[in-house]
Amino acid sequence: MSELSSQKIPVTVLTGYLGAGKTTLLNRILSENHGKKYAVIVNEFGEIGIDNDLIIGADEEVFEMNNGCICCTVRGDLVRIMDGLMKRKGKFDAIIVETTGLADPAPVAQTFFVDEDVQKNARLDAVVTVADAKWLSDRLKDAPEAKNQIAFADVIVLNKTDLVSKPELAEVEARIRGINPYAKLHRTERCKVALSDVLERGAFDLDRILEIEPEFLDAGDDHHHHDHDHHHAHDHHDHSHSHGGLKHYHDEEMQSLSLRSDKPLDPTKFMPWLQNLVATEGQKILRSKGVLSFTDDDDRYVFQGVHMMLEGDHQRKWKEGEPRESRVVFIGRELPEKTIREGFESCIAA
Amino acid sequence: MSSEQLTIASLTDRVKSVAVGAPVSAVHFLGERATFVCAEEKVAIADATGEISHVVVHGGAILCTTSDGKRVVTGGDDGKLVALNAKGETSVLATDAKRRWIDNVALHSDGAVAWSAGKTAFVRSGKGEERTFDAPSTVGGLAFAPKGLRVAVAHYNGVTLWFPNMAANPEFLEWAGSHLAVTFSPDNKFLVTAMHEPALHGWRLADNRHMRMSGYPGRVRSMSWSAGGKGLATSGADSVIIWPFASKDGPMGKEPAMLAPLQARVSMVACHPKQDIMAAGYSDGTVLIVRLEDGAEILVRRNGSEPVSALTWNAKGTLLAFGTEDGDAGMLEF
Repeated sequence: MSELSSQKIPVTVLTGYLGAGKTTLLNRILSENHGKKYAVIVNEFGEIGIDNDLIIGADEEVFEMNNGCICCTVRGDLVRIMDGLMKRKGKFDAIIVETTGLADPAPVAQTFFVDEDVQKNARLDAVVTVADAKWLSDRLKDAPEAKNQIAFADVIVLNKTDLVSKPELAEVEARIRGINPYAKLHRTERCKVALSDVLERGAFDLDRILEIEPEFLDAGDDHHHHDHDHHHAHDHHDHSHSHGGLKHYHDEEMQSLSLRSDKPLDPTKFMPWLQNLVATEGQKILRSKGVLSFTDDDDRYVFQGVHMMLEGDHQRKWKEGEPRESRVVFIGRELPEKTIREGFESCIAA
Repeated sequence: MSSEQLTIASLTDRVKSVAVGAPVSAVHFLGERATFVCAEEKVAIADATGEISHVVVHGGAILCTTSDGKRVVTGGDDGKLVALNAKGETSVLATDAKRRWIDNVALHSDGAVAWSAGKTAFVRSGKGEERTFDAPSTVGGLAFAPKGLRVAVAHYNGVTLWFPNMAANPEFLEWAGSHLAVTFSPDNKFLVTAMHEPALHGWRLADNRHMRMSGYPGRVRSMSWSAGGKGLATSGADSVIIWPFASKDGPMGKEPAMLAPLQARVSMVACHPKQDIMAAGYSDGTVLIVRLEDGAEILVRRNGSEPVSALTWNAKGTLLAFGTEDGDAGMLEF
């Protein structure tokens, strides 16, 4: 699978709220001397200052699939553009899809899961979200789109860090982590980030779902990061508490949920449970990932999903001495934590 | 073609190879000469001996193409709509002001041409009058009705029947989902779209009754009406699926015929213009000629390459041409 997927053209989805610096990052990617050629799908022509005949204007048309699932949406224009781009295979190395500031990244990502022809030729590499260090905290309060983009991200470029003080920066990072503790976070000024940190990440590659540990906040965060099963009061929009001097936020609306078990899972229970969970709660679940240990199975099983779409496979043999631990992560909106935890527990083999 | 030849199991040794040398996305006949439309930039024109000459028509990918037998019209990602005649001469029919991709093109027998860029559909009549229509979403496909100046514009959630020369409002045929390729039956009674999901949708135009044609494992990329419009042959499955359209109810409540099954997906279909036979190309490179009556098969090209991506007959039905995604092509004379 990985050999095949490596021949597919990697696609980076670039999101971020209005004014966060998406175009700055895009211009950096296109102008830096990396010897690679990118096809770029943008919504606003003319903002890119680089001459490139592979800049394509998109209409950001979100289509529902006719399969009875309302969260099963794809970008219709992207299907068409990918079709056309494939006629120029060999003329570019990778594709970058820039979304508008108000866009939900899910339909873009789902296009690469649902469409057979798109899937044959391209693979989703990562969702990269550019966030404005100065304004993100405000946007997280008043713009559901901004929260969505943070929750969905594999990589977060926290930009304009020069415009905030250290405590302000810590504050906004804590807020990001309250929503999505798993994304790689890079602090930047004018989107100065190593391109290898945003491109060719393989975030959707099943073979690379190895580390689903949360990213530690590096400054002073020396305690072991535990699962987010704090009991928190629901009378605030959000609240924070402190570990070793570092603030932890819990976003009331959007959160992540991590589950783990040292005991093997029963695949005849887990798979139906997971499928049923995404079928019933898929609208709330933005992203899911897992590494699983099943009873009487020497292979690691890995899966990942976007809303209701799941893909999974046996990945490799568990290594000698490697703890056979199952770990599952969900990021979503108003996740029914108790139901999910109890459901997961019931899948542990007796 | 005589019935005697149909008993021959293989015609592979009679195929004239054409070295196009670039991925082929369509083929049309201009007279006796096959014009292979490449994925990018060029058209390769092959004479009866298989000798080719290249003509550059676009400065990038060729996104759509059609032909009425007199000219080949192509739309490109360079925003141009280009016509190529039988002499190999090109002319630019239109250039999009915003250099948008030309996604779809259709030709009418009276010389009118329709094309689309994004949500906008354009029609230029044989007399040169131009009209535009803005669809509610990106145009997925275009087709002229066999009679009158009427254009079917396929888009998200349905098809608009547009009458460019009339003040009347366009007629909207609604059906949820994304509609791509669109085609009228030759008798003007039915309209069929290939949807983004693996299914066709049809309307009987007299009363707009719906016809759902589903069950395909893959998206339908190629559709072809059999001689006289009795059936609609389609790609998308591991056999050719032919929906019956001979009766006034079309395929409503009927099962399709399934012919020429292989261990590969049908990628292209082309019905013979006069007889009840057709050609089918497959994802493994196989090309077969299939008799519609009983499914009898003749091998034209063996498997073992990239998918067949172009397939057509000449207007008389005496020549068959095919091309593949890896740039191989051939012609067969009957």
